[in-house]
Amino acid sequence: MSAKHTHNIDEVTIRFAGDSGDGMQLTGTQFTNTTAILGNDLSTLPDYPAEIRAPQGTLFGVSGFQIHFGSTEIHTPGDTCDVLVAMNAAALKVNLHSLIDGGSIIVNTDGFNDKNLKLSGYEANPLRDGSLEKYRVYEVDITKLTTAALQDLNLSSKFVDRSKNFFALGMMYWMYNRPLEPTIAWLGEKFGNKPDIREANIRVLKAGWNFGETTEIFKARYEVAPAKLKPGTYRNITGNQATAWGLMAAAHQAKLDLFLGSYPITPASEILHELSYYKHFRVKTFQAEDEIAGITSAIGASFAGALGTTTTSGPGVALKTEALGLAVMVELPLVVVNVQRGGPSTGLPTKTEQADLLQALYGRNGEAPIPVVAAATPSDCFAAAFEASRIALKYMTPVICLTDGYLGNGSEPWLIPDMNSLPDIAPTFHTNPDNFLPYERDELTLSRPWAIPGTPGLEHRIGGLEKQHRTGNINYEPANHEFMIKMRAEKIERIANDIPLAEVEGDPKGTLLVVGWGGTYGAIKSAVMRHRAAGHSVSQLHLKHLNPFPKNLGEVLSQFKAILVPEINNGQLVKVLRSKYLVPAIGLNKIQGLPFRSVEIELKIEEMLKNY
Amino acid sequence: MSTLVDQIKQLSSNADAPKYTSKDFATDQDVRWCPGCGDYSILAQAQRIMPDLGIPKHQIVFVSGIGCSSRFPYYMETYGFHSIHGRATAIASGVKLARPDLSVWVVTGDGDGMSIGGNHLIHLLRRNIDVNVLLFNNQIYGLTKGQYSPTSELGKITKSTPHGSIHYTSIPGAFAVGASATFVARTLARDPKHLQSVLKRAAEHMGTSFVEVYQNCNVFNDGAFFQFTEKDTKDDTVVFIEHGKPLIFGKQRDKGIRLNGFTPEVVSLADGKYSANDLLVHNEQDTTLSVILADMTYKSHLPRPVGIFLSIERPSYEAEMARQIEVAIQKRGEGDFSKLLHSGDTWEIS
Repeated sequence: MSAKHTHNIDEVTIRFAGDSGDGMQLTGTQFTNTTAILGNDLSTLPDYPAEIRAPQGTLFGVSGFQIHFGSTEIHTPGDTCDVLVAMNAAALKVNLHSLIDGGSIIVNTDGFNDKNLKLSGYEANPLRDGSLEKYRVYEVDITKLTTAALQDLNLSSKFVDRSKNFFALGMMYWMYNRPLEPTIAWLGEKFGNKPDIREANIRVLKAGWNFGETTEIFKARYEVAPAKLKPGTYRNITGNQATAWGLMAAAHQAKLDLFLGSYPITPASEILHELSYYKHFRVKTFQAEDEIAGITSAIGASFAGALGTTTTSGPGVALKTEALGLAVMVELPLVVVNVQRGGPSTGLPTKTEQADLLQALYGRNGEAPIPVVAAATPSDCFAAAFEASRIALKYMTPVICLTDGYLGNGSEPWLIPDMNSLPDIAPTFHTNPDNFLPYERDELTLSRPWAIPGTPGLEHRIGGLEKQHRTGNINYEPANHEFMIKMRAEKIERIANDIPLAEVEGDPKGTLLVVGWGGTYGAIKSAVMRHRAAGHSVSQLHLKHLNPFPKNLGEVLSQFKAILVPEINNGQLVKVLRSKYLVPAIGLNKIQGLPFRSVEIELKIEEMLKNY
Repeated sequence: MSTLVDQIKQLSSNADAPKYTSKDFATDQDVRWCPGCGDYSILAQAQRIMPDLGIPKHQIVFVSGIGCSSRFPYYMETYGFHSIHGRATAIASGVKLARPDLSVWVVTGDGDGMSIGGNHLIHLLRRNIDVNVLLFNNQIYGLTKGQYSPTSELGKITKSTPHGSIHYTSIPGAFAVGASATFVARTLARDPKHLQSVLKRAAEHMGTSFVEVYQNCNVFNDGAFFQFTEKDTKDDTVVFIEHGKPLIFGKQRDKGIRLNGFTPEVVSLADGKYSANDLLVHNEQDTTLSVILADMTYKSHLPRPVGIFLSIERPSYEAEMARQIEVAIQKRGEGDFSKLLHSGDTWEIS
C-alpha cells in the first residue's frame, strides 16, 4: 500500500502536450475512456496542428489534449488547466499560459536539451532559471525511464521513443487513481497480432504507474468520485462518432438505406471513416473524387430512394453550394453535415470556428432557403444529425447540420438513448399512378411526393430549371416563378410548427439573456450558472434550430432588457437576430480557432449587468 | 429488415412484362432543339432500341447535366434527372450505387462531359459503375451560343477565340481509354443503324459504357463532321471497326490499315503488294489496340475509326460494394442498432 496521502477533489483539468509525433491525442483519448468508465463527467479538447509530423521540438509542432473531469457536472473542457504534462520545452512554452497559478507541471527532462530549448526560443532553461517558481514542477526523465523499462527487449530506439507517452499515461493513472485495465485491454485489441509491441507498451504503462507509486517525487495522489449523472447506461462518445450514429439511427428508423457521398477533409473525415465501418448495417459509403461528387452522388442516391448524406467542412461546403441549390429545386431529402473549421479559404483546418452560419442560411445563388440545425455538445451531434434527417425526409428538402471541430473531436459521456424513444421518422414513397403530379404538395407540410425510379407508372422528370406548380414541367412564366419561390420559402417556414419552442434555462424574464448556438453551450452554461448562483438576473437560451427559428423566439427575446450573443465568429447569429426581431442584441466574439473560456463570457456578462 | 425500397422493387416485379414500341418512350413535352439538330436522330434511335432491351421503362433512369444534349431526359418517357453542369456522371453514380437494379444512362456533351465534368467522367470510368454514357460531340458550345469546346479543332475561330483557339484538342475516346474504361465506342448521329447497334451493345455491357456520338450542330458548327457522314466522302474518311475483322475502307474497299510497329498506316489493297491478311485485325478486348485506334483521331492521313474500340470485362463498382456488404453481414451478422449503441465500454449510473 502506498503511504502517500490521497486527496479527494471535485474536478480537475489535465493537459497533455508534446510533439505531434509523441502520441498525445492517443494518450488523452485513453485517459478519457478510462475516466468515463469510472463514471466521472467529463469534457475534452483536442488541440493539434495541421501538420501530421511537424519538425520535432518546434513550437508549431505541439499537439495538446485537454480533459476536464469531475464528480460534478462538467460543461466545458476547462478554461485553464490544473496539471500540464509537457513532453518537451516547446510543449511547455506553448501551453504554460493555460496553467493556473500554483498548478502542477510534469516535464520530461529529456525534452529540455539545448536543441529543444533553442527550437522553442528559450534563452535559458526554464527548469533552472526560476521562471517556474509559482508552479509545482515535477521533473522526470521519461525517455530514460522508458528506455530502461524496455532495455532487455532489443527494440529499436525509434520504438522506445514512441512509447514514452505510455509512461506519462501510467503516471497520470497513478496520480488520479485510475485503473490500467481498460488501456491494457485496448492494447490487446490494437496489437493482437503484434504481441511484442503490445507487451512493450503494457510494460511502459506499468512502469509509469510504478514510478508514481514508489518514487518520492510525488507527495500525493487524488481521488475524483463518480459524478451524479442522470441514471442510465452511459458511454463516451465524440461528436463525429455521434453524428455518424445519428445518421444511421435516422435511416434505420425511416427504413431506408443510408448513403454517404463524401470527400476527405479535416475535421469531418472521421464521420466518413466511422460510417465506412458499418457495411453490416448496409451503410453505403462512397469516397467521391471531390466535394461536388460527394454531394451530387448523395442527391442521386436520394432520388433513387436512399437517405442521401454528405459530410464536409470549410472550403468543402463552398464547393457544394451549387448542388445544394439543385437539391432545393428538385426537393429531395439530403443531409449536409458541416463540421465547421477556421476560415476563410483553407484557414485553420484543425481549429474550430462558427463562421459558416450565414453561409448555411444564405450562401446560394437565388432564393434558396434551407433548414439549418446545430449541435450544442459532442453527444448532441447524435440528436442534431437525427433531427436534420427527420426534417429532410418529412419536408423533402436539403438540411444543413452544423457541428464544429471542437464538437467533432471533443468527447463527453452520453446517456445512451432508447431507440423506441427517438422521434418518429416515417417517410413513404408515392406509388399511386392515378393523377400523379411530381410537384403536387401535401397540404400540411407543402412537401412534394417522393416517387422513386422503379415505381410503375410514375415515370417523370425533375431538374434544376424552374418548375411549374404541381406538374413540375419546365416553366419560365413570371408569375409562376414568384409563386414557386414563395412556396419553397413557406415550406421551410412551416417547419417551425414542427420543432420545439425556444426554452429558456433560468428565469423566462429578466435583465440579461445569453443566446447561443452550437459548441458554445457548455461555456455559456458555466458562465450563466455562476452569475445565477450569485443572484444575478441572467438566463440562457441555446438555439438548435437556426432556420426556421422556434416560433416563440421573438416573444422570448422580448422578455429581457439585454441580449448577449457569444459566438466563435465575427458576429453572425447576432446579425440575424437583430435584423429579424429588431432587438438590441450585442455580440461577444472570439475568432482564435479556440472555444470560449467560460470566464470570458462571465466577465462580459458582468460588464453588461453594470448598466442595469 | 425489409426497407421501403424493397416494397417498390416488389411492385416493379409485379408489373406486367413490357411490350413496347418506340412511341412508348416519347413524352408529352415539346422537343425544343433547333430544327435540323443532330440530337433528334440520337433521340429517335434511343427510343427505337429501348423496346429491344426488355427493361420496363419505370426501371430506366436518364441523367443529364447542362447543355443542349442535356435536355434529352425531358423527351424520354422514363425516370429522368436534368441536373447541373458537368455533374450528371456523379449523380448517376449515386443513383446506381443506391439502386443497382435500375438501368442508368447519362447524356452529356463535349463541354458538359469533357470540360466542366471531366473529373467526374474519369472517375466514373475507372470505377466501372454500370452506367451508359452517351457523349454528344459537336465540337462547340451550343447552349451558350458558340464558344470553342475541348473537342474543337486547334485554330477554331469562335466568339471567345476570335484569333483562333490555341487549346489543343481532346479526343474523347482516348480520354476514356486513358481513364481505364471498359467499353469505349464512337458512332454517328447520321448513321441510324450503326448508332442503334452501338447503343444496344452499350446497354448490354456490364460496367461503364462510353459512347461518343458525332452530332452536327447546324447553328454554331454546321458540317463539322460532314466529311465523315456524307455519302460522297465518308467511305474514304471513315473506317468502321468490327471485332475480329481487318480494318478495310474506301469506296471500293480497296484500302486498309496496317500496323507498322505500333504505328497505323494506310495501305492499298489494289496494287497487289498487301492483302487483307496483312491488315490490322480489330480485337475489342485488346486495351493496347484501343489506345492506337483512339489515337488515329485528328490524323489527317488516316481515316477516322468508328465503332467499338474496347469492350472488356471487369467487376463493376456496385457489384464489389454489394459483395463487401454481404461479406460483412456474414462475418458480423446483420447490424443491430441497439446493440451498437451499447457496444464497447459502457457504464451504469443508478
